[in-house]
Amino acid sequence: MKQIKGINDFVVKFANVNGTGSASANHLFAKSIFRMGIPVSPRNIFPSNIQGLPTWYEVRVSKNGYLGRRGGVDLMVCVNPQSMEKDIASVEPGGYFLYDSTKPLASHLKRDDITIIGIPLTEMCMKEFPVPRLQQLLKNVVYVGALAALLDIDFAVLKGLLNDQFKGKEKLISSNVHALEMGYQYATENYQCPLPIRLEKGGNVAPHILETPHILMNGNTAAALGAIYGGATVAAWYPITPSTSVVDAFAKYAKRLRIDAGSGKKNYAIVQAEDELAAMGMVVGASWNGARAFTATSGPGVSLMSEFLGLAYFAEIPVVLINVQRSGPSTGMPTRSQQSDVLASAYASHGDTKQVLLFPATPQECFEMTVQAFDLSERLQTPVIMMSDLDLGMNDWMSPPLEWDDDYEMDRGKVLDAEGLDNVETWGRYLDVDGDGICYRTLPGTHPDKGAFFTRGSSKNEMAVYSESGEDYVQNVDRLLRKFDTAKKLVPEPKTHPPIEVKKPKTKLKLGALFFGTSASPAYEAVEMLAKEGYPIDTMRIRAFPFHTDLDQFIHDHDVVFVIEQNRDGQMRQLIMNECQIAPTKLTSVLNYSGTPITARDIANQIRQGLDTKSAKVVPLHKETA
Amino acid sequence: MSYVKPKFRHPRLPTNRLGFTVADYDGAISTLCAGCGHDSISASIRSACFESSLPPHRIAKVSGIGCSSKMPTYFLGKSHGFNSVHGRMPSVATGASLANRDLTYIGVSGDGDTASIGMGQFVHLVRRNVNMTYIVANNGCYGLTKGQDSATADLGSVSKYGDVNGFDGIDLASLAILQGASFVARSFSGDKEQLVPLIRAAMAHNGFAFIDVVSPCVTFNNHSGSTKSYEETRAHLDMMPLDFVPMREEIKAQYDEGTSKSVTLHDGSAIHLKKAISGHETDNRQTALNTIQQANAENRVLTGLLFLDPNSQNLNTKLELATRPLNELGKDELCPGSKVLKSINEGLR
Repeated sequence: MKQIKGINDFVVKFANVNGTGSASANHLFAKSIFRMGIPVSPRNIFPSNIQGLPTWYEVRVSKNGYLGRRGGVDLMVCVNPQSMEKDIASVEPGGYFLYDSTKPLASHLKRDDITIIGIPLTEMCMKEFPVPRLQQLLKNVVYVGALAALLDIDFAVLKGLLNDQFKGKEKLISSNVHALEMGYQYATENYQCPLPIRLEKGGNVAPHILETPHILMNGNTAAALGAIYGGATVAAWYPITPSTSVVDAFAKYAKRLRIDAGSGKKNYAIVQAEDELAAMGMVVGASWNGARAFTATSGPGVSLMSEFLGLAYFAEIPVVLINVQRSGPSTGMPTRSQQSDVLASAYASHGDTKQVLLFPATPQECFEMTVQAFDLSERLQTPVIMMSDLDLGMNDWMSPPLEWDDDYEMDRGKVLDAEGLDNVETWGRYLDVDGDGICYRTLPGTHPDKGAFFTRGSSKNEMAVYSESGEDYVQNVDRLLRKFDTAKKLVPEPKTHPPIEVKKPKTKLKLGALFFGTSASPAYEAVEMLAKEGYPIDTMRIRAFPFHTDLDQFIHDHDVVFVIEQNRDGQMRQLIMNECQIAPTKLTSVLNYSGTPITARDIANQIRQGLDTKSAKVVPLHKETA
Repeated sequence: MSYVKPKFRHPRLPTNRLGFTVADYDGAISTLCAGCGHDSISASIRSACFESSLPPHRIAKVSGIGCSSKMPTYFLGKSHGFNSVHGRMPSVATGASLANRDLTYIGVSGDGDTASIGMGQFVHLVRRNVNMTYIVANNGCYGLTKGQDSATADLGSVSKYGDVNGFDGIDLASLAILQGASFVARSFSGDKEQLVPLIRAAMAHNGFAFIDVVSPCVTFNNHSGSTKSYEETRAHLDMMPLDFVPMREEIKAQYDEGTSKSVTLHDGSAIHLKKAISGHETDNRQTALNTIQQANAENRVLTGLLFLDPNSQNLNTKLELATRPLNELGKDELCPGSKVLKSINEGLR
């Protein structure tokens, strides 16, 4: 049997039962690799359940710093008999299968093309630890100890992490270290350690990783920090997976960083609303009154917020909404990741509405774009929706450290204070004085005689007086369109990369790939794979809606453009078809909507298939004859 | 609009403590039906704000959808207002109140807006004790969609189309008391003598003040057979009159024996209740509920202050908000800066 080999380049997957304490042990494993300075990206693939169902934790180790999923499993750590049959089948030929051998492996499961490593985890823990709860918890730590030997994890790093985790609880530290040592010892005594797949500090790790002191954080925490740094003072929300941890983290940091020094009281308010409708209503009310306010939710919540999003669009009230996308409807798959709210968010609400969207791809961008969302929503006086997803929001990502420019000033947009109102000759809430579609707002309580008006949807004229005249309506919504045009210049521009040089390209077609959010990392990796095979592909990462004019140009400049996204209907492709002056036949969808994040191998496969048919059938438009 | 509201006012209109005349509390001309009870409520709100010498621009008006929710246009033209989403004014008011705790908030809603589509938000608004006055203009029907029964229509009340309502009406005042409201009153749009001091007291109250105002719909619910017509309401009114004495004013009036009790609010102002109902104590939820139930059973429209907790703590206090309004805070107070971020980064390694 040919074993899979490799230093700092493999995929480990843990199969556990949820509610058994495996999460912290698995995190310990991933973080130890991170602390060794080796690029790692862990992912929770978990059920919507608290205890008893199968749950997985996939850890990608990548010397080149690929943080998306690769596809395939090189080493499976299986401590869940429920899922064992599928788990062992999913190991790559030449891979490794570690299992709890307290109960012997059923003969029908055995494979002779993989290396099987049995460790009697339960038996060892039953013997060693008297308390049943500890037996269960420390079983997880024992396999981490075994992996330390099998993969060459720096034992001192593991111990250091336990010290950090259980600071002040010496007893816990010593029992955990003991469990680690038990596993380590068993593995070294019974198996050839390390395995042909292993870790090595420094070594072959890409220079751009070694040069930066990275952090490990999830997107939801980063977004929460963005809300802190962006000056949010009101957070109203309703719990929903996978967005809940945004406000949890905001609460945690605000408690520390937002206490009024003199009084010890809070310079922020968090309200757990009765539902998402109310959460959005509170944000609208607070923003109308001049506070920076936000909410975080997921698909079903966006549906409930839609009516308010429409009113905020027409009444021109800033709103920051962090949408951490998940699969499907209310009784959908709340713990599975997708990018399937693109259309529902872009056109959220009834009537003619278009919403500003931001698409972060990394925790760093979750942080920066949340700050930007507050600036943009106040500058544009409209909702801004940051489109994260479960994969980005809830998983730990290795990221360059967050940075902050102390010269940053909040952009509060066009707001007239008392002095401003006194200096302006005629003020009308919806008068487009500057021609950019953005009018001057006033806040309640500002001026004794000037600037008061009645906020409503669209039954109004430029002076905010009640009107149902068709001309007034048309004038207003046309101005809103002008404002959306202004937004194009203000939202983050797309990122482009020229193709990787290919010496003997196998196609004459000019190929492009479009993607956004969490599809970006595996897309870049797939593009590198395909370059090696002779297919050069230009890339553009979309970072906002409305689309930048560069997007039109990019599509015009290519014969075939692959749109890579994680939903069934190719929603970004549809949005582009709707909004850009392009030939839709150029756009080929590359999709994954299984609920588990898209992999580089999957993307590369789909593009290969696309290329086969493309080169046979598609005539590049510019070569069309009449 | 076919005509403009005349600006002419008597040159010697009396002024209040701030030097404003009642005309300074005017709004646009009403577009509601002639004789609509809601217009009387608007007038009472205007009088209450004038009499309490509130600076108009420091008041914010919020409403949902319906005839009632159009009302804020018709009073306090110098105040900002927000005609929001059907049944969702409570959440907008909550957010607004969090953003700036220094303004006075008046919410105007209707029986459809509160007791049906907005029921969920209403009870949670009560529960949070948001610092605001919440007035329901209660006519038992949907006026703007031409007279369907609402959830507060009384059992047996006959609609304009001759249908008899077979459902029990929701009593918003009882519900508010049950849910922990700190100020609950009922009144009648045609009784300015009572409604104005009630609104003044509600605005002085520290916390959520709810006034359920029976306000007949002249067009769709003012016929015989309707229990919320002017005639029926007047015939069954059981009024508990009251006076409101703001904190700054000395108590000049001599209250006769009819004065059964005085209640002092947190800001030092006082409510004098001029009629007692045996067994009813305004600071006791249980007796307040009993009194309402008794009146309902006897077909009396009992109006006046039903319940008051003068020691209530509003949402801002419960959330331990700093005294400076959140919407006034700037970068210095809000943004922790790069040094703190560096230490946060350290914690993530």
